[in-house]
Amino acid sequence: MWKRDESVRPTGGQPTAPAQPAAPAQAGATAPRPADTGHHMEKDIVNIGKSVVIKGELNGSEDLTIEGYVEGTIQLKEHVLTIGPNGRIKAQVFAKSVIVLGEVTGNVTATDKVDIRDNGSVDGDIVSPRVAIAEGAHFRGAVDMQRKGGATPGAKTDGKSASTPAAAPAAQAAGTPQRVGV
Amino acid sequence: MGLLDRLAPRKSDPDGSIQSSSGLADDPVFATKALRKFLSCLTSRESPALLDLGPVVGSNVSFFGEQLGCKIFVEDIFADLDRHVREGKPDVFPAFLGKRFPQEPGSVDGILCWDLIDYLDRPSAQALATQLMRVLRPDGALLAFFGAAQARSTTYTKFIVADETNLRHRAYPAARGHQAILPNRDIIRLFPELRVSDSFLLQNNLREILFRKTT
Repeated sequence: MWKRDESVRPTGGQPTAPAQPAAPAQAGATAPRPADTGHHMEKDIVNIGKSVVIKGELNGSEDLTIEGYVEGTIQLKEHVLTIGPNGRIKAQVFAKSVIVLGEVTGNVTATDKVDIRDNGSVDGDIVSPRVAIAEGAHFRGAVDMQRKGGATPGAKTDGKSASTPAAAPAAQAAGTPQRVGV
Repeated sequence: MGLLDRLAPRKSDPDGSIQSSSGLADDPVFATKALRKFLSCLTSRESPALLDLGPVVGSNVSFFGEQLGCKIFVEDIFADLDRHVREGKPDVFPAFLGKRFPQEPGSVDGILCWDLIDYLDRPSAQALATQLMRVLRPDGALLAFFGAAQARSTTYTKFIVADETNLRHRAYPAARGHQAILPNRDIIRLFPELRVSDSFLLQNNLREILFRKTT
C-alpha cells in the first residue's frame, strides 16, 4: 500500500500543489521537521535566521521564512513568504502568498493571499486578491484586492441581498431608527 | 460605563448565519440604516476608493475589498489621537491632522468616519473635517456617527460590519473619552462643503448622518 502511494505521487504531483500554503504557516512558527525534509524536497523551507541581515534584492523559487532583517526587494513569485515573529522587513515584497507574524514596512504584492496574523504588522500598501487580517494585527496603508469577476450579490445594496436571515430580526430589536430633521 | 453599555443590545443569534471567529459573537449587534445608503453611493462607482478612519478590522477589509471591490485606505485616527493624548500633546493634534492624509484632493469616493468626531475637541474636529472635505470627490459620501446623549465613554468602538444593515460594536480602551455631544447645527457647520443626505436617530441614541459632497 505504501509503495503504491509513493509511486503514484510523483506522476500526479501537480494536484498536490494547493496543499502547499498550509506548510509554511506551520513552518513560520516552528523549525523545519527533519522527517519531512528527507523525502519531500519540494517542501524544503529556507530559513533566514534571527541574526541574519540582508540588504539588497532577494529572489527565490522556493518557500522562505524570514526571522532576521531584510531590506530591499523580495521576490518569490510562485512561493510562500513567511515573516516570522522575529522577522523585520523593510522592503517591497512580491510573492504568491505572504504570511506576516513579524513586521513589514513596505508594499506587499501577492498573487494569492496576504495573511497578517495576530501581532503581525504591516505599514504599506497591499495588493492581493485575498487579504486576511487577524484581530490584534497592525496595518496602516491601502488594500487593493483586484476584484475578480463581476459584481457580487452584496454589491447591489438597494435590496436585501447581502442581509443574512438572522440579521434582520436582530436589527429590528436593536433599534428601529427614526428619521430626524437635521 | 459607556453609552452603549447602558443599553441592552441584542446579541447575535447563536445559530444564525452571521459567522464569527475570535469572540465576535460576544459583541453586541446594532442595526444601522445609513450603512446601506452609504454602500449604494460606493457601488455606483467602478472601483471605489474608501477611506476608513477606524482601526483595521479584517472582516471589514474583506467586506469592502472582496465583496464591493473597494480600494481601502486604512488610516487609524483613533490610534493617532491616543498617542497624542498619552504623550501629553493633544494641542498639536489639529496641526497633525492637517498633514495626516496623503490622499489627493477629490480622490476618495467614500469615508467611514465612524464616531471619531465625538472624541475630538473642536479645533481637531474642524481640522479633520477640512481634510475630509478636501479628499472626498464631488458627490462622494461620508458616514459619521454621533452620540445623542451625554456620555463620558472612555472606550472607543470598533464597528464591525456584520452585513449591510447590522454593525457589531466592539469596545476597546481609549486614552481619552468623548469630548462633547455636538448638536446637529454644529455638525453641519463642521462640513460646509457637504450636505446632509440622510440622518437617522437609532434607539441606542446613536445618530447616523450620511453626508454627500456637493458637486
